[in-house]
Amino acid sequence: MEVDKKDEREAESSEQVVNPWEVSAKDGGKIDYDKLIDKFGCQRLDESLIDRVQRLTSRQPHVFLRRGVFFAHRDFNEILDAYEKGDKFYLYTGRGPSSEALHLGHLIPFMFTKYLQEAFKVPLVIQLTDDEKCMWKNLSVEESQRLARENAKDIIACGFDVTKTFIFSDFDYVGGAFYKNMVRVAKCVTLNKAMGIFGFSGEDHIGKLSFPPVQAVPSFPSSFPHLFPGKDNLRCLIPCAIDQDPYFRMTRDVAPRLGYSKPALIESSFFPALQGENGKMSASDPNSAIYVTDTAKDIKNKINRYAFSGGQDSVEKHRELGANLEVDIPVKYLSFFLEDDSELEHIKKEYGEGRMLTGEVKKRLTEVLTEMVERHRRARAAVTDEMVDAFMAVRPLPSMFE
Amino acid sequence: MGFSKDQLLDRLQELEIDYSKYEHPPVLTVEEQAKYVSSSEGALSKNLFLKDKKHRYYIVSAMVDTKVDMKVLSQRLGLGKGGIRMAPEEALGELLQVSLGCVTPFAVVNESSRDVSLLLDQKFKNQTRCIFHPLSNDVSVSLNTLGLDKFLKSIGRDPVYVDLEANPVVGKDQAPDLAVYVPSNSVVVPEVSNKTSTIQNPPPKSVSADVKPVASAKPSKPAGKVKSIADNSAPSAYKNPEKFVEEIMDKTSALLLSEAKGESVEALAETLRKRLTSEFTHLAIMYKNTAYTEGFYAGTRHQPNRL
Repeated sequence: MEVDKKDEREAESSEQVVNPWEVSAKDGGKIDYDKLIDKFGCQRLDESLIDRVQRLTSRQPHVFLRRGVFFAHRDFNEILDAYEKGDKFYLYTGRGPSSEALHLGHLIPFMFTKYLQEAFKVPLVIQLTDDEKCMWKNLSVEESQRLARENAKDIIACGFDVTKTFIFSDFDYVGGAFYKNMVRVAKCVTLNKAMGIFGFSGEDHIGKLSFPPVQAVPSFPSSFPHLFPGKDNLRCLIPCAIDQDPYFRMTRDVAPRLGYSKPALIESSFFPALQGENGKMSASDPNSAIYVTDTAKDIKNKINRYAFSGGQDSVEKHRELGANLEVDIPVKYLSFFLEDDSELEHIKKEYGEGRMLTGEVKKRLTEVLTEMVERHRRARAAVTDEMVDAFMAVRPLPSMFE
Repeated sequence: MGFSKDQLLDRLQELEIDYSKYEHPPVLTVEEQAKYVSSSEGALSKNLFLKDKKHRYYIVSAMVDTKVDMKVLSQRLGLGKGGIRMAPEEALGELLQVSLGCVTPFAVVNESSRDVSLLLDQKFKNQTRCIFHPLSNDVSVSLNTLGLDKFLKSIGRDPVYVDLEANPVVGKDQAPDLAVYVPSNSVVVPEVSNKTSTIQNPPPKSVSADVKPVASAKPSKPAGKVKSIADNSAPSAYKNPEKFVEEIMDKTSALLLSEAKGESVEALAETLRKRLTSEFTHLAIMYKNTAYTEGFYAGTRHQPNRL
């Protein structure tokens, strides 16, 4: 389900392109998120919504909300309205397991979803689209299934509660009630519409054409009869990166025709590559991202050598002009991962006005990322095959709303 | 303790697997074994015990004349070109519970080798019978692959037969064909560096002329190995209540000592709460998940009351 940045092609187009298989900015520049929101027709997540979240959950909103990483939504206010009245919802997110090498950008939706699960005390389903990767990346069925299980371990290591979380792989779970919903959805989408939304052509194999319903139906509680029996009105909230929006536009279009509620979405911007916004984060270039398997030494090296700096060329010039915070990657990364708002403000001020140097910012970033990666690695080491089996078992979750 | 050869042979009989047994002086190489067990009894096997960089282990059992190219095997497993090498001697004892010169497919009967991947030569299937050591190198047994498969299935293993001489292209669009047999779990074998120096280096029986033995462990190991042991003990905080509490107390007192700067006790308590809540919640969730998993495992293997 996640886009691999290596799908980006050279940005020759004069328009930016954002869809599940390609993300590229206009003329090699930055993604224009305002334009994207306009074009897709979703809403900006404004301060008032964030305040509301704080009030309803009695805890500080997640750093990704405070810093605008998750910045757009569809119907999130309705979810909050219902929640206030005592009507719960469930979460749905996923991953396309195309490689074993996970980098920090891949973890972002999962870190946010974990916060949502804890803050709102709601259950979660996680879809591993091994079938999608088998089709799009030409992996064997067995290899994509193996990758799905390996990725599941990293996902579990993010700290999901097994008593409230169901992880499933398409190859294992499609069938029964899930498949019935897939057929219901498929009947509502013409070939022409699918080609329009997803850019399919006559050259694409029919596997690809039939995939979108697979990603759509986890939004409907009746797809999981072992989890939500009799709760056909339970609403669904989908945290995802904004390039997944087309799947769910289609789903929201179809839902009323099937008598189902439309899923709500909460969407994130893209995580920049180490080399900068215009750089391509690619699985074949290990220096374009920080991986969860990187050692402390690797992280330090990568940040020092490859993280694009907005600092000036010389110390004198830097003290005079300050850093260009717009393009500086260490500050951008800190805004994703440094919890303390006041410390981040301080760094931005001092660095932007030339009193703090790039080296110091990079050092702080290295500390923050090393701690994060270390914690992830420890948790990952504790995830056994049996634990994956437990998370993926088709079983009821009696305490899912506690 | 590991299975003994007698226990193994008893098990084969219980399963009604047809085999023939040959006793002889202990042998460490295929050449020696061939002196006592003639090829009319069956096809001799060479058995390699291998390890990759991520501490995952493999037994490759092949016909003596099958060429096993380590580089190709490594690529087919998705480990790159030099990703696989002979496992060190202590792993033989720790994981397979057999001695030098005794690697055999039967070694997977031990609990300690549950994460070891077993790859069998496809060519075994064409033989009437094949010869392996039944956990001891002073006995050889010959049996056919159907018997071997029956045994493996009885211990919950799916027999995996592979064309070991194949050399398929591995690249961006062609996934490594054996990657699916890479174990999901890596294993830490504790180092006992003094053990290795006592044993002279007889070429382990498991090696054919083509493959250089690297099994005699070098006395000094890189620091990387020590780190993996530390990693392995940390997660016990997720399993063991005492270690769980110890971890919490350690982190809290460390932070207390480093942060106490003469501020008020209330402010200090607030700092501790702010800095530690998220980390401890994470710790507690992993603890809960581990406990649930153990319960789930027990539940799926629960045996209903026998009447």
